[in-house]
Amino acid sequence: MSELLIKNAVVCDPINKINCEKMDISVKDGKIVDSVSSGAKVIDAGGKLTMAGGVDGHTHCAGKINVGRFMSPHDMRMTNVPGLSGKEAPTATTRAQVGYNTPNAFAIGYRYAKLGYTTIGEAAIPIIGARHTHEEFEAIPILDKFGLTLFGSNWQVMEYIRDDEPEKLAAYVAWGLKASRGYGIKIVNPGGGEAWGWGKNVSGLDDPVPNFDVTPAQIVVGLAEANEKLNLPHSIHLHCNNLGKPGNYETTIATMKLLENIKSKRDRQVLHVTHVQFNAYGGTSWRDFESAAPQVSDYINTTDHMTFDLGQAIFGPAMTMTADGPVEYSNSRMLHAKWSNMDVELEDASGVVPITYSPKNFVNAVQWAIGLELALLVKDPWKVMFTTDSPNGGSFVNYPEAYTYLMSAKRRAEVIETLPEMALGRMNIPGIDRELDLYELAIMTRAMQSKMYCMDTKGHIGVGADADIAIYDLKPDSVDTSVEYAAVKKAFSGATYTIKGGEVVVKDGEITMTPEGRTYWVNAKMPQAVNDAMQVDLVQKFKRYYTVNQANYMVEDAYLPHPVEITTEAI
Amino acid sequence: MAVITDAICSLCGSLCDDITVTVENNVITDVERACILGRNKFVGMFLHDRIESPMIRKNGELVDVSYEEAIDEAAKILVNSKRTLSYGWCSTSCEAISKAIQLAEETGSLIDSTANVCHGPSALAVQEKGGPSATLGVVKNRADLIIFWGCNPAHAHPRHMSRYSSFSKGFFTQKGRKDRKMVVVDVRKTDTAKLADKYVELEQGSDYLYLAAIRSIVNGHEDVVPEVVAGVPKEEIIEVANTLKEAKFSCIFYGMGVTQSRSKYKNGDMVSSLISDLNQHSKSVMIGMRGHYNVTGFGQVATWETGFPMAIDFTRGAPYYNPGETGANDVLVRGDVDAAIIAAADAGAHFPQESLKYLAKIPVIQIDPYANPTTELSDVVFPAAVVGVEAEGTAYRMDGISLRMKKLIDTKFKTDEEITVDLINKVRELKGGA
Repeated sequence: MSELLIKNAVVCDPINKINCEKMDISVKDGKIVDSVSSGAKVIDAGGKLTMAGGVDGHTHCAGKINVGRFMSPHDMRMTNVPGLSGKEAPTATTRAQVGYNTPNAFAIGYRYAKLGYTTIGEAAIPIIGARHTHEEFEAIPILDKFGLTLFGSNWQVMEYIRDDEPEKLAAYVAWGLKASRGYGIKIVNPGGGEAWGWGKNVSGLDDPVPNFDVTPAQIVVGLAEANEKLNLPHSIHLHCNNLGKPGNYETTIATMKLLENIKSKRDRQVLHVTHVQFNAYGGTSWRDFESAAPQVSDYINTTDHMTFDLGQAIFGPAMTMTADGPVEYSNSRMLHAKWSNMDVELEDASGVVPITYSPKNFVNAVQWAIGLELALLVKDPWKVMFTTDSPNGGSFVNYPEAYTYLMSAKRRAEVIETLPEMALGRMNIPGIDRELDLYELAIMTRAMQSKMYCMDTKGHIGVGADADIAIYDLKPDSVDTSVEYAAVKKAFSGATYTIKGGEVVVKDGEITMTPEGRTYWVNAKMPQAVNDAMQVDLVQKFKRYYTVNQANYMVEDAYLPHPVEITTEAI
Repeated sequence: MAVITDAICSLCGSLCDDITVTVENNVITDVERACILGRNKFVGMFLHDRIESPMIRKNGELVDVSYEEAIDEAAKILVNSKRTLSYGWCSTSCEAISKAIQLAEETGSLIDSTANVCHGPSALAVQEKGGPSATLGVVKNRADLIIFWGCNPAHAHPRHMSRYSSFSKGFFTQKGRKDRKMVVVDVRKTDTAKLADKYVELEQGSDYLYLAAIRSIVNGHEDVVPEVVAGVPKEEIIEVANTLKEAKFSCIFYGMGVTQSRSKYKNGDMVSSLISDLNQHSKSVMIGMRGHYNVTGFGQVATWETGFPMAIDFTRGAPYYNPGETGANDVLVRGDVDAAIIAAADAGAHFPQESLKYLAKIPVIQIDPYANPTTELSDVVFPAAVVGVEAEGTAYRMDGISLRMKKLIDTKFKTDEEITVDLINKVRELKGGA
C-alpha cells in the first residue's frame, strides 16, 4: 500500500501531549509510522491545524434514525445534493444526499468526513434489531463505526439481577454483545422501557420495575459490575432516569454517586453518563425551570470515576429519538407533535418525535445554556465528550457552530443577547468567561474518546495509530479563536484534508473517495460452564417468549464485511 | 437428503422463521409448520409457470435469447429512456432493493414499491401523525386486546394469529386466547371475524367516521356522537371504546380495508391519533398487516438510502418525493414515463386498467421467477432465482424486524441482485461510450 508524508503540520494531539507543534507525519499502510521512504506521496499542510480524525462517541446514525427519516419528509427535503454527474457515472463516487437532522446513510458518511470525523458510535442498538443497524452501518461510507447495545430493560438482565446471578448476567451480556455485534453496554432509563410496556414509567432509582422486582439502581449497579467482570473496553453508557424533567438533576447526581465504588482493571472511567444537558434541570415544573448545571458540575469536579457527554442543544429543528419510550410519548403530548414508538419484545422500548429549539422559547434557551455550562464548569476536559446527541439536540453538521460557543465568550454574548429576559436569570452562562483552546477542543472531540472507549488506535496520531487525520484551514500560531470565531467555524465545517486509513477522502471540503469503513465489536469471553448454564435459561426465553428463533437471532458475519473484533477475557 | 431447520418463509409479511424443509436431490420434498400459502411457495416452485430463459419480444412474440443479449437490450431501453418507472422489488431481498435504488439513481428513474397499491397510505399517515408501534413479540407477551381492522389474517397471514396475536401464548398471556379479547372491524363477516369476541360491521367507506366516534368517546366527548355512526349504534361504539380504554395492552392490526378505502391515509392518521389518545389511559400500539414478505424491507432500505419510503423520483438527481405525483400509478395514468422495469411484483395483475393500457405502449423490462400477467406486457424478460428458497438475503417482517433468509436449494437462475448489478454495469458502459 502507498506511503504518505504530511509536512509542516501544526499538530494538536492531546493523547501524546502535543499542543500545536509543527511536525511531519508519516503514514504507511493506513497507520502512523516513524518514517516513510523518499517515494512517499507528500501533502504540505502549510502550517495548518492538524488533529486526529474526530470520534463521535454518541450519535444516532443507524437503526432508529430510519424511523425519524420515514416520518419526516419535510426534513428530507432539506440540503439535497444530487450524486456526481458529468463524465463519471452519477453514483460512482458519491450518492445523492438528502436530509438535515435525519440525512440518508450516504450523507451521514460524507458530512462527518467533511467535519474531519472518521469514527462514529451509534448510541443504541436493540439486540433483536441489530441486523438492521449493521445494514445501515454498511451503507454509511468512509467512517469506522461501532454501536452500544441496550440492556437496561432486558428481561434476562433484570431476572439475573433480581435472582442474584452475577456470573450468568455477565455471560448474558457477553452473548448479547456478540448477538448484536455491539461494542458496549448501553442503559437507557433503566427499567423504564419495561414499565413503558404497560404505558408507565419508573420515577427514580428506587422505584421498582413492575413485575420484575428490581429497581433501576440495582440494574445500573448490576450491569456496571458485569461490565467490569467482562473487562469491556468501554464502561456502562448510561441515559439516566427522569430525562427531560424539571428537577431531574438530583436523580442524575444520585446515579453518578451510585457507581463511585465500582472498580475497573482498565484505565478508564466506570461510568459514562450521556447527554447530561437533558438531565441537569432544576426547578419543580416548567414554570420555575432553571439550569442545574452548576450542581452537576460541582459533583463531577469532585470525582474521577466518570465521564459524560453534553447533548448540546442547537437552535433550530431537531429530531428526538431515544430508547426512552415514555419520554417520547410525553414529548409528543406536550409539543402536540407526531409520535412514533417501537416497543421491543423482552428488551426495551423507543420513540421518535420532532422538536424545534427556539431561542425565543425560554426553556429552549436555558437548555442551550446548560450544555455549554456543563462543558465550561467541569474543569477537566478529559471528562467531557462533545456531542449534540445528534440529532436529539440538533444535527451534527452544527458542531463547528457549537465549537465557537465553547471557544469564544464574545460569540456566546452575541447569542445571549437574542435570548428572552426570562431565560437569563435561569442560566449561568452569561457569567462564565472560560474559553476552550484548540487543545481542549481536541480532547473533547477525539482524544478523550480514545481513552473512554479504550480505542488505542483512534483519537490520536502517535506511531501505531490509524492514519485518520484531519487538517483544518486554521493556523494556530496566528489565529485568535476567541475573537475570530467565524474563521474557526469555517475551518471546522470543511476540512482541508480528511485522511481515513491513510487515504485522502476529503480535500478542500469536498469528498474525493468513499472507501468502506470498518465495524468494531467486542467478543467478551466467559467460562464455558457459565455460558452453558446461561444458555439453559435463554433457550426458554426463545422457546416461550421471543417471536424470532434463536438460530435466526444472532447477527450473521455477512452483515459485517469489514469487522474489527476486540476480544476480552473475563476477570 | 438434507433437513434444514429454522428456514424463513418468504411469502407474507409474517416471515415465519420456524420452518423445517427437507431437500432431496435439490428438490424440496417436505415442509413442516408452514401454512398452506407458504407450503405452496416452497414445494410448488416448479409447479408454477417458471420463466426458463431470458426473452426479448420480437415481432410481437417473446423469444428465448442469451442472457447477454437481454442485458444489452434492457440497458439500451434504460439509456434511451428520459424517465423510467422502476416498480415492485418487494418479493426480493434488501440487497437487491439496494441495487435497484442505485440503478434508479444512476438512470434518473422513478422507483416505487407495491405499497403504491397497498400500504402506501399508511406511510402518509405516519408522516402526518407518527407510527406508535411494537414488535410482534410485544403483542404476543402483553396484549389482552387484539383488534383486526380491515384485514383478514385467517386467509392473508394464516399463522399470524397463532404465532403473534390472538392465539399465541406469552409471558403475561399464559392462557393465550383465553387471556385476550379479540375484536374485528370490517365491512363483511370474514373468517377472521368469525373467531372474534366482537365483530363490528361498518358501512363501506365509513372507517374514518367510526374512528372519530371512538376517539370522541375515549377523550370524554360522548355527547357529540350521533345515535348511529357508520351504521353502528352509539351504545355499541361506546362498548368498543370502553374495551379499548380498559385493556391493559391493545394492538390494532390494520389492513387495506383501512388504507385503500374511502378517506385513505386519513384513516391511518385517525388510527395513529386514536393510539396516542388511548395511551392516556392504557397501553396501545398499531401494526400494519404487510403483504409481500419484504415490502417492509423496501420501505426500510429506500428510507436509509434516499430518505423516502416509496414513490422516489430521481429525475432531478437528488431524490424527490410526492406521492400523488410520483407514485407508480400516478405517472402511468398521466403517461409521464417512457419505459418501465418491473421486478419481484406483478403490476399486470394488480394495477388499474388505465395504467396497464399505458404500460402496454412503452418498453417494459421484467425480472421475475414466474410468468405472470406482467410478462404479457414485457419486452425484455429475465428469469430470476426465488429469494428465500434459491438465494439468501435480508427481509423485514411487518413489524420492522429484519431476518436473514436462507438458500435452501441450488438454481441455474441469477438472483435479482446479480441481474441488477449487470444492468448497472451495462448502462455505465453504454453511457461511457456515448
